[in-house]
Amino acid sequence: MLFLHELREGIRIAFEAIRANKLRSVLTTVGVVIGIVSVTLMGTALEGMNRAFDESIESIGADVLYVQKFPWFTGGDDWWVYRNRPDIRMEHASALERYSVIPQAVSPAASAMAGISFRERSVEGVFISGTTHRYTELSGTDIMLGRFMTQAESESGRPVVVLGSEVAERLFGVENPIGQLVKIRNHSFRVIGVLDRQGSFLGLFSLDNRALIPINRFFRMYGQRRDISIEVKVGSIEMIEEAIEEIRGIMRRERRLEPWEDDNFAINQQEMLTNTFAGISMVIGGVGFFITGLALFVGGIGIMNITFVSVSERTKEIGIRKSLGAPGRSILMQFLMESAFICLLGGVLGVLIAYPLSLIIDQVIPTAMPVSIVIIALTISFLVGIISGFLPAYRASRMDPVEAIRHE
Amino acid sequence: MSNIIKIRNISKEYNMGVEIVHALRDVSLDLDKNEYVAIMGPSGSGKSTLMNILGCLDTPTTGLYEFNGLNVGKMNDNELARIRNKEIGFVFQTFNLLARSDALHNVELPLIYAGVSSGERKKRAKEALEQVGLGDRITHKPNELSGGQRQRVAVARALVTRPSIILADEPTGNLDSKSGDEILGLFAELHDQGNTIIVVTHEEYVAEHSRRILRIKDGLVESDIRVDNSRIPNGVREELTS
Repeated sequence: MLFLHELREGIRIAFEAIRANKLRSVLTTVGVVIGIVSVTLMGTALEGMNRAFDESIESIGADVLYVQKFPWFTGGDDWWVYRNRPDIRMEHASALERYSVIPQAVSPAASAMAGISFRERSVEGVFISGTTHRYTELSGTDIMLGRFMTQAESESGRPVVVLGSEVAERLFGVENPIGQLVKIRNHSFRVIGVLDRQGSFLGLFSLDNRALIPINRFFRMYGQRRDISIEVKVGSIEMIEEAIEEIRGIMRRERRLEPWEDDNFAINQQEMLTNTFAGISMVIGGVGFFITGLALFVGGIGIMNITFVSVSERTKEIGIRKSLGAPGRSILMQFLMESAFICLLGGVLGVLIAYPLSLIIDQVIPTAMPVSIVIIALTISFLVGIISGFLPAYRASRMDPVEAIRHE
Repeated sequence: MSNIIKIRNISKEYNMGVEIVHALRDVSLDLDKNEYVAIMGPSGSGKSTLMNILGCLDTPTTGLYEFNGLNVGKMNDNELARIRNKEIGFVFQTFNLLARSDALHNVELPLIYAGVSSGERKKRAKEALEQVGLGDRITHKPNELSGGQRQRVAVARALVTRPSIILADEPTGNLDSKSGDEILGLFAELHDQGNTIIVVTHEEYVAEHSRRILRIKDGLVESDIRVDNSRIPNGVREELTS
């Protein structure tokens, strides 16, 4: 009860002091404001990136392996080693399909960039993938309009195309694209379907700016001797390790590798993406929070300084309060509350500034400001106030009342 | 009459680095309920030190100080704060009011540290201000009050906890003679109502209002005289001293 009275009085005094020194209080909070703005933006950007990544990664099944020439993430020095590896070819896909027992589906894919045109309209730089009828089993993609290619179309390499939603929109607008003829590198293709919208990968490139054609048709256009990638759907996460070993065995046998030779192919999986992304976001987060911590530290020093000033300005008041029976802890609390509320003020200002900024940054990289970040930011600012106010407040609480009351 | 203060052979030394200053050498003193004592002495006599010790703002280096039977010399800072809060009402020469707070909140202050609820606090502070004749000034800040009024707010603040003693340090030192007389009149009233009052002063006419004069010199009690002027009516006494 007594503690509550003292706390209330402490808060009352704190607000009175802040009100009496409005400008000083606001100036003092600048450091904390900067710290909180950066902590909030940092958290917001990381949160946004994580969300965007999670959404993007959904399109890659967690149980899908990619047999490719290049591993997804490499150090720069090894590039030439991977570059000189033999290409992955259709016969490898066939071998995997024939010999492997664990996977549910195997689908080769080759890709190139090309323009697509419909009458006078055209879209440049479309990601053209040659694939098979197994594709929909492998990716999480659904068909929005029409249908996907059949096994017959796939194997015979019929000139049919399934468009990404963005390509379809830009070529046809509101028209129905199904059954229309489009041109890819001067070859005519009949549109049989449109894929569901998938959005963009980390906001960097659109996943809808693409077109899928039968891989056998792709080879006829671009030539047989092309590096491809083989997608393997394992079917269950638990079997991934076994599946990787099985694929490795088959690939090594196909490539006739001696036991002492290294793999000259890569088996990529979503987990690598996830791990790499986690690594990147940890580095960004680490650097960001270090800078943030520095800003908050500087801000905290400012608060400490102003609390010292406040204590020395009010030495007489401390003396009066002590002579009237205020215990040390009450004086301690009074100044802690003052520095904590000044910091909290800085925190609120920081969040108010960070919110519109996060909307601006959202134009460049995806951001999200959940309530939890706001609460964390405010808690941090309050704690900075408590920590940096402690030393001056403690000194005030230990003052000798006789000395303090004589102070003018 | 019951003993409030019992002091036996206290001394106070200040270590000033090169030399040790003996502010009080050997002081013994008993104080009963409803006494009105003036402590007098020139500056440097040790009277301020004695007042600080009496007021539990400081503790003696040696000797015994019992307040209502409690050994104050053995108390820590928080226990001393509690004694100051509950048992002692201070009135200072420079009033020592909080400039930013109004009269009511200034008087409430000691009750906050006593843990009295807000409603009760306001009620008692108002009563104390009415008792010193400032019932109509409760929302005034110190800078909106005259010196005499400020000192009366300070007296109200000293009274509000119903302390065992009221300890006044040169209460009229910063006042004109009319306001000073008003304050002394107020003390006389409070004494008549049964309060125990200690006034530290170097002015004879202030001391003459009291019933007992303690003179301090060089850290020792020089004289301790009881005067009985209770039979002189208030008006006549004021004429005598003016």
